Amino acid sequence: MSVVIEQPRSPRSRKAANWEKYGWMYMRASGALLVILIFGHLFVNLWVGEGIKAIDFAFVGGKWSNPFWQVWDGLMLWLALIHGTNGMRTIVNDYTSKEGIRKALNIALWGICAVLVVLGTLVILTFDPCPANGIAANLPSFCPAR
Amino acid sequence: MPTKPAGTLYRGKVGMWSWVLHRITGVAIFFFLLVHVLDTSLVRLSPEAYNAVVSTYKTPVVGLGELGLVAAILYHALNGVRVILIDFWRKGVKYQNVMFWVVVAIAFIAFAGFAPRHLIHVFHLG
Ligand code: HEM
Repeated sequence: MSVVIEQPRSPRSRKAANWEKYGWMYMRASGALLVILIFGHLFVNLWVGEGIKAIDFAFVGGKWSNPFWQVWDGLMLWLALIHGTNGMRTIVNDYTSKEGIRKALNIALWGICAVLVVLGTLVILTFDPCPANGIAANLPSFCPAR
Repeated sequence: MPTKPAGTLYRGKVGMWSWVLHRITGVAIFFFLLVHVLDTSLVRLSPEAYNAVVSTYKTPVVGLGELGLVAAILYHALNGVRVILIDFWRKGVKYQNVMFWVVVAIAFIAFAGFAPRHLIHVFHLG
């Protein structure tokens, strides 16, 4: 079955919640917050100090020992993944003509989004900067093993 | 049928091409983000696993890819602000064309500042 397009200018049904509008507003609200979150992330990780050269386990361990960066990265994770997935949904809706394919792609997108949001959140919340299984030299300088 | 699409914002010229670029950069950033969440999750496995994978981010080929990623993010983020202004600012539509070139200018300046510094780190020139 192909996609049914409504008559132009037909009034929208008021029975159901207008999810398309909430999605539209979410793209803008999350986008505005992501400007700060992502530029801050790039500045601290790629500009300050040695940039990409300095990124290793000890660097991440230092950041995520601080609740400030846990909240920063957690917010960025949720906002960016949902923003990107909803954007991809728009694109899938634009370019697919078969209803089954459209549905399958959108289910796959939201499935991947859910898995990564849960995984990322668990990693940030259960992270141990001084794990016992690590070689001491790879740990942050504040770990007792060093 | 009017011969010129007068008064449209998303058909032809800057209005359309800015949207095409916004879409392409959005998809590129999305796929990078999927990989980036997975590679960062390795910190939960062991310091050695994480360090092994991020070391590939410091190689010349991936280092150059990061320049492309930063360029894509600069454009998508700044043009996203332009889209928000078109939608919510009273004069947004009137100035959409000027705003596009402001977006390009700011993105270009930020990129020109970032690229040499990043290349110095990637190619160990510092
Ligand atoms: C840095 C701050 C960001 C801002 C200000 C921003 C802004 C926006 C806005 C306003 C839209 C809606 C465009 C429209 O309705 O025409 C949008 C679409 C989109 N964004 Fe972002 N975004 C940002 C970051 C991201 C990130 C991190 C991703 C990827 C994970 C992403 C992926 C997308 C995609 C795939 C679309 C759909 C494009 C389309 O429909 O053509 N964006 N963005």
